[in-house]
Amino acid sequence: MTNAQPTPITTPPNRKPKIGGMARKEERSFYLFILPWIIGFLLFDAGAIIASFGISFTNWSALSAPAYVGTLNYSRLIADSVFYKAMGNSLYYGLGSVGLGTIVSFLLALLLNQNVWGMSLFRTIFYLPSVVSGIAVAILWIMILHQDFGLINSFLAWFGIKGPGWLVQPQWAMPSLILMSLWSAGGSMVIYLAGLQSVPTHLYEAAEIDGADTFQKFWTVTVPMMSPVILYNLIVGFIASIQGFVTVYVMTNGGPANATLVYGLYIYRTAFINFQMGYASALAWVLLVVIILITVVQFTVARYWVYYEGDLKS
Amino acid sequence: MQTSVVYPKRQLGIRGRAIAAKVITYVLLFGLSISFILPFLWMISTSLKLSQDVFTYPPSFFPNSFEWTNYPRGWRVLPFNTFLINSLIVTLSNVAGNVLSCSLVAFGFARLNGRGRNILFLLLLATLMIPREVTIIPRFLMFSAAGLTNTLWPLVLPAWFGYAFFIFLLRQFFMGIPIDLDHSARIDGANNWQILTQIILPLSQPALASVAIFAFIGNWSNLLDPLIYLRSTELYTLALGLNLFRGQNFTQFNLLMAVSIITLIPVLLMFFFSQKLFVQGVSLTGMGGR
Repeated sequence: MTNAQPTPITTPPNRKPKIGGMARKEERSFYLFILPWIIGFLLFDAGAIIASFGISFTNWSALSAPAYVGTLNYSRLIADSVFYKAMGNSLYYGLGSVGLGTIVSFLLALLLNQNVWGMSLFRTIFYLPSVVSGIAVAILWIMILHQDFGLINSFLAWFGIKGPGWLVQPQWAMPSLILMSLWSAGGSMVIYLAGLQSVPTHLYEAAEIDGADTFQKFWTVTVPMMSPVILYNLIVGFIASIQGFVTVYVMTNGGPANATLVYGLYIYRTAFINFQMGYASALAWVLLVVIILITVVQFTVARYWVYYEGDLKS
Repeated sequence: MQTSVVYPKRQLGIRGRAIAAKVITYVLLFGLSISFILPFLWMISTSLKLSQDVFTYPPSFFPNSFEWTNYPRGWRVLPFNTFLINSLIVTLSNVAGNVLSCSLVAFGFARLNGRGRNILFLLLLATLMIPREVTIIPRFLMFSAAGLTNTLWPLVLPAWFGYAFFIFLLRQFFMGIPIDLDHSARIDGANNWQILTQIILPLSQPALASVAIFAFIGNWSNLLDPLIYLRSTELYTLALGLNLFRGQNFTQFNLLMAVSIITLIPVLLMFFFSQKLFVQGVSLTGMGGR
């Protein structure tokens, strides 16, 4: 290092302040380049969150001027049975779809990771449903889950089982939506597959030398090495599932008997059907707090099961 | 644990076990593949049926006749051509906005130094965790105050201010490009803009394509924003038009399925022609597209 820099023979007298000037110039360029995001962040993220907090203390129909009502929206929320129902439904959906989804996508990734013939074809098949989402898929699943004419019940009928009214019976509606969410497990499968392929083979070889069988290798090498990826997917998946509502909006619109009224749908209705912006913002803020709490809990619990290999931490 | 090592049966059947494992793997793979594909086939089959054949008991998997006219018939029930144009406007300007703004921001984070860069980057990643429900109400009120509701602007504008996931993806990719290239270009007198447009971006085509595809698919199927902002039917996007169609003709599943399939075609084409880019985008960030 030291001998690579020869004595500054040709350095002009004003060199030193110029370096500071260059750093400042670079800093200015840095801020110039990220300016679009800064504006967007202030306007659409940070600004919006602060505004939302302010709005949650008002009564505002968006048509007239907002009226300050103190903590009225929050005390209303505490007494609102639909609020608890919606929160419970979202947690039910989140736990169900993320829990089962993790198992299914991990299983798919494990299957594909076994050097199988036609791996890319299978990967395409499993991945495709997760790419097509939205209303077209929701309509398709209304059809698949149809009580009398649906694909699932006609399949069950082969075995002499009379399938339930998936989307019309309150106790089956949420399991139906969870089942449907498994169809898009291919998205996380691709992430797990990439993770599995980056587990160093020498770890498996070492385990084999120690006499580990397939299951032992799975529990002592694969799972620990994959645990950071799993944790990440759990957190992101849970956040995504707890706020998703478009599928529910299209398929059941919260019914039957509020059995699928998820939290996002309740906020949507409050804000954009009933135009109670204040109360909807209070609901949204509670959601934000709940998501932060759940994420903190997940990180805390993660200390006991997630394994970070020394230098893999970043 | 130790006993399994000297378990006699195990040594006998190592080969047999390996074969059995392979067989089980393939049986599982085929079974699962069929259940993953079946909904698509069911969709196509339903789209080709006559109305009265959709609701038969027991349902038939194959259509009795192939009613290809369901496609143009469904398409004409509502002004789907207008919806298609609106969808194209919204989606393509989102793609353009995202690619441009996210490239700029990602270049800043990957290549330029400034005070607070790390904190800003953490903030950027944190925005991925903000539930949409929290920001959507103030955003709506903001666009409403600006008199922009019931226009396409609220669906188009935010993309021009970057999106954390894409910025992260591009930044990861840019970081993998040797910085020596920048240095030599700088010695040749190139400025940051020239380095970005003439060196980094040409080398980042796969990552840019990933961003473009994710942006396309995400916006193409977006229902929430159109639902909130658009009132006039002539502004509807395909997703919102399909929702309207569903509300009006919820018994005509054959037509509904036909139109649904048409709306999925661009996404399917994109997927089949660029699956590698999807996987690459996913493995670069460890995140899915949404």
